[in-house]
Amino acid sequence: MAKSKRTIPEINAGSMADIAFLLLIFFLITTTMANDQGILNILPPPITGPPPPVKEKNVLKILVNANDQILVEDKLYMKLDELEEFTEKFLKNNGVDPELSVSPEMAVVSLKNDRGTSYNFYIQVQNRLRKAYNKFRNELSQEMYGANFADLSEAKQEKIKEKVPQRISEAEPDDIGGDL
Amino acid sequence: MSKFKTRRVKGTPAISTASLPDIVFMLLFFFMTVTKMRSTEVMVKIKIPKASEVTKITDKKLVHYIYIGQPMDAGMYGTGSRIQVNDAFILKSDIPAFIETERAKMPEYKKSMIITALKADVKVKMGIVTDVKKQLRDANQLKLMYYTNKKGKK
Repeated sequence: MAKSKRTIPEINAGSMADIAFLLLIFFLITTTMANDQGILNILPPPITGPPPPVKEKNVLKILVNANDQILVEDKLYMKLDELEEFTEKFLKNNGVDPELSVSPEMAVVSLKNDRGTSYNFYIQVQNRLRKAYNKFRNELSQEMYGANFADLSEAKQEKIKEKVPQRISEAEPDDIGGDL
Repeated sequence: MSKFKTRRVKGTPAISTASLPDIVFMLLFFFMTVTKMRSTEVMVKIKIPKASEVTKITDKKLVHYIYIGQPMDAGMYGTGSRIQVNDAFILKSDIPAFIETERAKMPEYKKSMIITALKADVKVKMGIVTDVKKQLRDANQLKLMYYTNKKGKK
């Protein structure tokens, strides 16, 4: 009987790299990295009881109409850049100007839009308001701790947040522009 | 004279590519683990607005999406803005039920942490967005994120 001397031939692994590359490229192009980002907003809880009393001068009234125009304090017509500046001024006022806020702790920004306001413009307004707040917080943290707000520890951030609470309240919108 | 002649090899030796598959596999596994396949097919036209003051969400599992925009298939669904969740158009009155199902997917301790991400087109009017917001409020889902792309510094 012949000795069966079967040896398994070696599998050539040279093309392994090619196969792996193919898969790699497939996953590379299908990957979407975690980039969930946006303007985080905490909605007010469903209404219970009357709103807390707030002094008129501590409220920055902002109206955005259906034509994407801004009216501040019922009398000033503004562009986005001016709004940012004015919000900062309003926050930092500390009772200097009798028509603006008494202190940053008390300040409230009231934003009211129309049903016909475009979403993009609304986001831009929200963005500018937040920018004003963040700028002020940053300045304060530089003053108190000599570092940027984002680099502070959580406890320190909380302290600054207590001093400059971000209060952006939103009123029920009007329906003048109509919605589509 | 030595008995063994040392054979000098001229030139540089070839670089071994034997470890190349290993390296590629390593990369492959990395991308395989971080890849999240797109689960819903977006049926509305969406151009995300840009903003600079953004917050990043690290835990993707907490997020669910609501899409608002003009339907791609305008012949079938019209040109008005529509709300889409999970591969289907819904009415605004269906939003609380949607939130409830999203909550039910979460373990108990995470139920209050879920975030609604609103992906709306730049051209959408605030009216429909406000309606969605109102429904979310009624459903007691208060964490809302306006999904935006990062704007470069001016």
